Amino acid sequence: MREVNAKQIKEKVKELFLDANFHIGEDVLNSIKEALLKETSETGKNVLNMILKNYKVAANEVLAICQDTGLAILFIKLGQEVHINGNWEEAINEGVKEAYVEGYLRKSAVTDPVFDRKNTKTNCPAIIYTEIVPGDKIEFLVTPKGFGSENMSRLAMMKPADGPEGIINFIVETVKIAGPNPCPPTIIGVCVGGTMDQASITAKKATLRKVGEHNPDPRYADMERQTLEKINNLGIGPAGLGGNTTSLWVNIDYKPTHIAGMPVAVNICCHAARHASGII
Amino acid sequence: MMKEVKLSTALKEEDIRDLRIGDVVYINGIICTSRDMGHLKMIDVTEKKEKLPIDFQGGVIFHAGPVVKKQGEKYEVIVIGPTTSIRMEPYSDFIGGLGVKAIIGKGGMEEGTSEALKKYGMVYLQAPPGCAVVLGEKVEQIENVFWLELGVPEALWVLKVENFGPLVVGMDSEGNSIYRDIRIKGKKLIEKMF
Repeated sequence: MREVNAKQIKEKVKELFLDANFHIGEDVLNSIKEALLKETSETGKNVLNMILKNYKVAANEVLAICQDTGLAILFIKLGQEVHINGNWEEAINEGVKEAYVEGYLRKSAVTDPVFDRKNTKTNCPAIIYTEIVPGDKIEFLVTPKGFGSENMSRLAMMKPADGPEGIINFIVETVKIAGPNPCPPTIIGVCVGGTMDQASITAKKATLRKVGEHNPDPRYADMERQTLEKINNLGIGPAGLGGNTTSLWVNIDYKPTHIAGMPVAVNICCHAARHASGII
Repeated sequence: MMKEVKLSTALKEEDIRDLRIGDVVYINGIICTSRDMGHLKMIDVTEKKEKLPIDFQGGVIFHAGPVVKKQGEKYEVIVIGPTTSIRMEPYSDFIGGLGVKAIIGKGGMEEGTSEALKKYGMVYLQAPPGCAVVLGEKVEQIENVFWLELGVPEALWVLKVENFGPLVVGMDSEGNSIYRDIRIKGKKLIEKMF
């Protein structure tokens, strides 16, 4: 049994949320640069250049890339040989709170969604998904998720007979409906299968897979290619002002499902696709 | 022909009516942030026949919730960027009636807003989304803040800006909309697919 103190967890969570909010990943940065070479719209090119400039200044001046510093989401792999001294959830939330308060990140969480909508002033509670795995490490993957893109996400309980074509059409239709709202160019996370809830969580996790990396199953990789091509033919473009860079990448994941169903969840992520990972 | 224009607040209706979709605008002067709860508050205050904290004649409403830092008694903007405008669609006629001449946001708005833009001589300006640092640099200072009880993002922030932009005219006072044009084009493509 390996002992890990709650304080270490708090510090790690804090460090990762600060890192994620200030620094964009190399994969996203490179894909914007590549898109710039292919973009035909002048306004589109201007927007992409502005995005690149923004990433650079944010990193240099240690400022949040986007003012919507999101809800704090964590995917954690907790080794079964780890014993935690202290309160697991409290430690994570303390880490989120310290990152958002000390790092001047916007606190966007509200308590009751319908009646009070009172800002919690800490950006807590965090949304925590924990998986118990073999080993004595704790692996964190964190993402501050903005709501411009979250609001445009969709789920369909499709029929098994809808097949790959039905799935591709649903994804493209979702991006079409989203239009300029999710801050294109976007990254599209998809999960096919599982249940309604598992599909949604897995789709969110799929937004965090590296841009430029396909699903190892060639059939899903082919769906990813086809979907991206169709999306970029929609003409929505950077900032939704027209152009052929509507999405940077499509990540399709899958889970075993029931004989009677084929859930499809589509989670959209903006170009400020922020995430960070670390191990204790 | 697309043009690049520098405008100072208070904005004049004739300058706004001169703008067409695709034009690029930079604003000097005062802009105010407002989002979901801020608009509801404005309506509530007006319905109660109370006075709004600022005069919106020739004014600019920016759909945004800034990140701010308190230095002593004063606040300063750290970063700021546009939020999705469509959520504020129901209030366009109301803010037009207040004298607002420009809405800054992202993603564009719908037909109700298009009508209000024509009626009042207003314009919808698209700010670069997710570019909060470069936009934040254009904010000189915070002039005032009201309704902080709504929370920092939802409060009414009065900002002094210099060369605030580039802002692309997404919807003009003639009823044109880049977003509508792209939507129709995309719809045709989707219909072909199914």
